Amino acid sequence: MIEIQNLTKHYGEIKAVEDVNFTVNKGEILGFLGPNGAGKTTTMNIITGYIPSTSGTVKVDGFDIMEQPREVKKRIGYLPEQPPLYMDMTVTDYLDFCSALKEVDKKEWKGQKNDIMELVKITHVQHRLVRNLSKGYRQRVGLAQALVGAPDVLVLDEPTVGLDPKQIIEIRKLIKALGKNHTIILSSHILPEVSAVCERIVIINKGQVVATDTPEQLSKNLGDYTRFTMTIAGPDKKVSEMLKQIYGIKYLEVQSKVNDDEFSYVIEADKDVDVRKPIFHRLAEAGYPILELRSLGMSLEDIFLQLTTEEKEVN
Amino acid sequence: MLAIWKREVQAYFYQPIAYVLIGLFFLISSIYFTMGTVASGYAEINYLLQNIIFIFTFIIPILTMRILTEDRKNGTEVLLVTSPSSITQIVLGKFLASFTVFMVMFLSTFIYLAILYILGGAPEIPMVIGGYLAFLLVGASFISIGVFASSLTENQIVAAIISFVILLLVNLMDAIISFTSGILAKILSVFSLMSRYSDMNSGILDITSIIYYLSFTAVFIFLTTRVIDKRRWSQG
Repeated sequence: MIEIQNLTKHYGEIKAVEDVNFTVNKGEILGFLGPNGAGKTTTMNIITGYIPSTSGTVKVDGFDIMEQPREVKKRIGYLPEQPPLYMDMTVTDYLDFCSALKEVDKKEWKGQKNDIMELVKITHVQHRLVRNLSKGYRQRVGLAQALVGAPDVLVLDEPTVGLDPKQIIEIRKLIKALGKNHTIILSSHILPEVSAVCERIVIINKGQVVATDTPEQLSKNLGDYTRFTMTIAGPDKKVSEMLKQIYGIKYLEVQSKVNDDEFSYVIEADKDVDVRKPIFHRLAEAGYPILELRSLGMSLEDIFLQLTTEEKEVN
Repeated sequence: MLAIWKREVQAYFYQPIAYVLIGLFFLISSIYFTMGTVASGYAEINYLLQNIIFIFTFIIPILTMRILTEDRKNGTEVLLVTSPSSITQIVLGKFLASFTVFMVMFLSTFIYLAILYILGGAPEIPMVIGGYLAFLLVGASFISIGVFASSLTENQIVAAIISFVILLLVNLMDAIISFTSGILAKILSVFSLMSRYSDMNSGILDITSIIYYLSFTAVFIFLTTRVIDKRRWSQG
C-alpha cells in the first residue's frame, strides 16, 4: 500500500532522513519508532505531501507523491503531532469544513459524520468551540479530521502525546479498531505503545532505518547473547561454579532463593552456542535436577536502546 | 477553494475584526462624504472614492494580516497543504475571503451614491462606472499585497507592517517617480497603481489599465504561492 524507496531529506548540511526504505502492506498497522529528532515527523510529512523529499520516492496505492500528489492526498488522512484545528470553529463546523476541503461527496459525508464522531467519542461536544476543549478532546477531534472521507491510509504522528493514561489506553484501543479497515502508520517514541498496537515496527535513528520487524521477532533476533532463566535444585554456590565452567556462558546471577535448596538463576550465553544441552548433562551428572528452564527474550526497551545508541545494523 | 473561502469569511465574522473594520470604514467614509462631498456641494462620487482608497492603505493590512499567518502558527497549514487542494487554490480561497469583506465595504458606498441622487445631484454615469470599477480593481491589488505580506511571516503584526509599508510606497509612488528619471522611473512606474487610478476615476475607461490591475493582483497571488511552496522545501 505504501512503498518508500531511498527516501532522503537534507536541510542544507543537515541530513534529516537518509536513504530510508520500507513498505507498509494493506491493512497493516506499522509502528514508526525512534527517539526524538530521529526523522519520524519529517518522513511522515513527506509521505503526506506536506514537504517534498530531496530524493527518493514515496508511492501510495501505486501513485507517486511527487507526480500525482492529488491522488495520494485523497487517500491519506493525516494527524500531525499538533492537531491542525481551527480554534474559532465548533467541532461540527470544523469537520464539515474538513470534508469540503477533502472534497468528500456531500451525501457520503452525511452518512459518515455521526459514525466518526461516535467512534472517537466527541458527539457530546460537537457544538462546542474547539478552543474550549481539553487537550484530550482536541486530539480526538484531530483524529476525527484524519478519518473524514474514510481514507485508506492513516498517518498518525505521536497520537497519544500529552494525554492522560486513561485517554492513552482509549486512543490505543481506537487505533487498533481502526486497523481493521485502514492501513496505519503510527509514530511514537514510547515502546509499550508500539508493541501494544503495531504488527510491525520500523526503528529509525538519526534519519536512518536501523531495524524492521515484528515486535516478537525483534526481541528474538537481536542482541549478541541469549538469555534464559533456570531453577535448579542444589546448593547455589556449587551450581554456579559448575555452570560458569561451561563454554559459552557469559554471565550468571543467582536471582532468588525459591526453597531451601532450590535457586533460580539468570543466564546469558553466546548467541551461536547452544548451552542448554551441556548444562543438562553437567547438572545430571552432579545430581542437581533442573526444575525450570525458560528463555527470556530481550525486552523491546533493551533493543531500542541498543539500536539507537550503538547504531547497529540488524536484519 | 470554496471550502477555504467559506471558512475564512466565517472566521472574519466569528471574530470582531470584520465588524470593527467595516464600522470604522463606514464612519470615516461618512465623514468624508458629509464634509467633503455634501457640504462642499459636489455632485459627483469620485472625489469621495479617491479619499476612501487612501483609507484602505490602513484597513487592508489589518484585514489581511492573519489570513495566512494564522495557519502557520496554529499548524493548520498542514491540513490545507495535505488536502487535495493545490496551493494556488488555497491562496485564491484566502484572497477571495478578504475580498468578500472588502466587497461589503464597497457595497456600502452605494448608499452615498443614492443620497447624491436624492439630494438632486446627477453624477455622470461614465464617471460613476469608472470610479467604482477603479475602486474594485485597486482594492483587489491592495488585498493581493496584503495576502502576500501575510505569507512572509507567522507574526500578524509583522505582516500588517509589511503590507502597510508596501501600500504606503504604492501611494507615494508617483511622488517618488518624480524624483527619479530614466530606467529607474520606468521600472518604478510599473508599481504606480495610483496614476492609472486617477485616469479611471475621471471616467477614462482604458482596457490596458484594467488588464494592468488584474495582472498586478495575479502576480502577487502567484508570488504568494511561490513563497509557500519554497518554504515547503526548506522547512522541517
